[in-house]
Amino acid sequence: MKIAQKTVKFLTIVVLALFTTVGYALESDTKYDSSNDGGRVNTKTEVEEYILHHLKDSHDFSLWSYTSVEGERKHVGFPLPVILWSSNGLVTFMSSEFHHNDDGHVIVEKNGLKFVKIHSKIHELDQEAATVSSDETHHATNAHKVLDFSITKSVVGILLIGFLLLFWFSRLAKQYKTKQVPTGFARVLEPLVLYVRDEIAKPNIGEKHYRRFTGYLLTVFFFIWVLNLVGLTPLGFNVTGQIAVTACLAIFTLVIYTFSGNKDYWMHMIWMPGVPVLFRPILAVIELIGALIIKPFSLLVRLFANISAGHIVIMSLIAIMFTLKESLGVVGATGLSLVLSFFILLIEILVAFLQAYIFTMLSALFIGMAVAEHSEAH
Amino acid sequence: MVTYNLIGAGLIVIGAGIGLGQIGGKAMEGIARQPEAAGKIQTAMIIIAALLEGLAFGALFLGK
Repeated sequence: MKIAQKTVKFLTIVVLALFTTVGYALESDTKYDSSNDGGRVNTKTEVEEYILHHLKDSHDFSLWSYTSVEGERKHVGFPLPVILWSSNGLVTFMSSEFHHNDDGHVIVEKNGLKFVKIHSKIHELDQEAATVSSDETHHATNAHKVLDFSITKSVVGILLIGFLLLFWFSRLAKQYKTKQVPTGFARVLEPLVLYVRDEIAKPNIGEKHYRRFTGYLLTVFFFIWVLNLVGLTPLGFNVTGQIAVTACLAIFTLVIYTFSGNKDYWMHMIWMPGVPVLFRPILAVIELIGALIIKPFSLLVRLFANISAGHIVIMSLIAIMFTLKESLGVVGATGLSLVLSFFILLIEILVAFLQAYIFTMLSALFIGMAVAEHSEAH
Repeated sequence: MVTYNLIGAGLIVIGAGIGLGQIGGKAMEGIARQPEAAGKIQTAMIIIAALLEGLAFGALFLGK
């Protein structure tokens, strides 16, 4: 009985994991079909473009696209609101008005201003200009960027996961009012919360201060972990692979450990005791650069690069079925790509946890350094 | 110019690989000698590996 249950569980996991890969494959498959119509398209450049497009944030939530019988490119997904602060004040419209155009040919007129989208960035066209003209490096010469507060795909991801976490954890917290042991999904969350508290916060920050920072550490841990996992689904989110998002998280940590630093911490940073006076200014410069620049920079680059690299690898392996179609045949190339991307996806599930763990762990370590109390002079 | 960047990237990866191998190998040795300290060794190993990885990624990122 027990074995049967275990087998069922294992099979479910395998099917779910395979489904994710297949979903990914479908997304790219339908996109690539267009390369067959109207002459030869270079598969390599198309794959490259597709991967780069995925890594960037976009103004529409596009699930997949295909070319209809009439040779028209159809997009399946939904539009997202565009919110701009232009030279004429606030402008809002839906991103569907761009009709998925990304090279500035579709011009949207709002409030007497013309807007175009070039390489996923919205530009405001100059008054007298009718079309976008660009120089040889593909930078527009008669349009300039505007302040963009749009609800982009990444923002949707952040809001979605934010509300999901709020829902999960408020339910978990509420359960403790009436019973000792949580039930349902909260039972999954409880050991994770305890793990972050007992294995990350307590040993690194110390028994005395850890309670103050556990809330922040729990928030970043679950935020990063869930977003990493969502990034592996066919929804195509790449939130923790956006450098702006990771930079923001790193700045939160920087602000927290800088402002909670005690006297000893600043003393050791600016006027290191126990070192010849001549060296103290040099050490102060090194320590200040380390604390204010290198620590947050390493935090943000690590998360960004790991997640981006993971996404690039998965998508490249999926693209094998198009790039090796000629030499291996359709079945061979698809089989190879499925097997490779399946196992890389399993590794990526581990990386998703590991990166969340490392970010939280290093944040705790930095905070712990700032609040550590030195009992004796050394 | 592109080739220089690639050579640099290759050197970074070689260096990071050697470093990660050292960390992993020594951690294994440590755990084999003192299995009861496995948890602590593992945590320290992951932290140091993460710091090294951050450095390597930073170098790759700047050299791109």
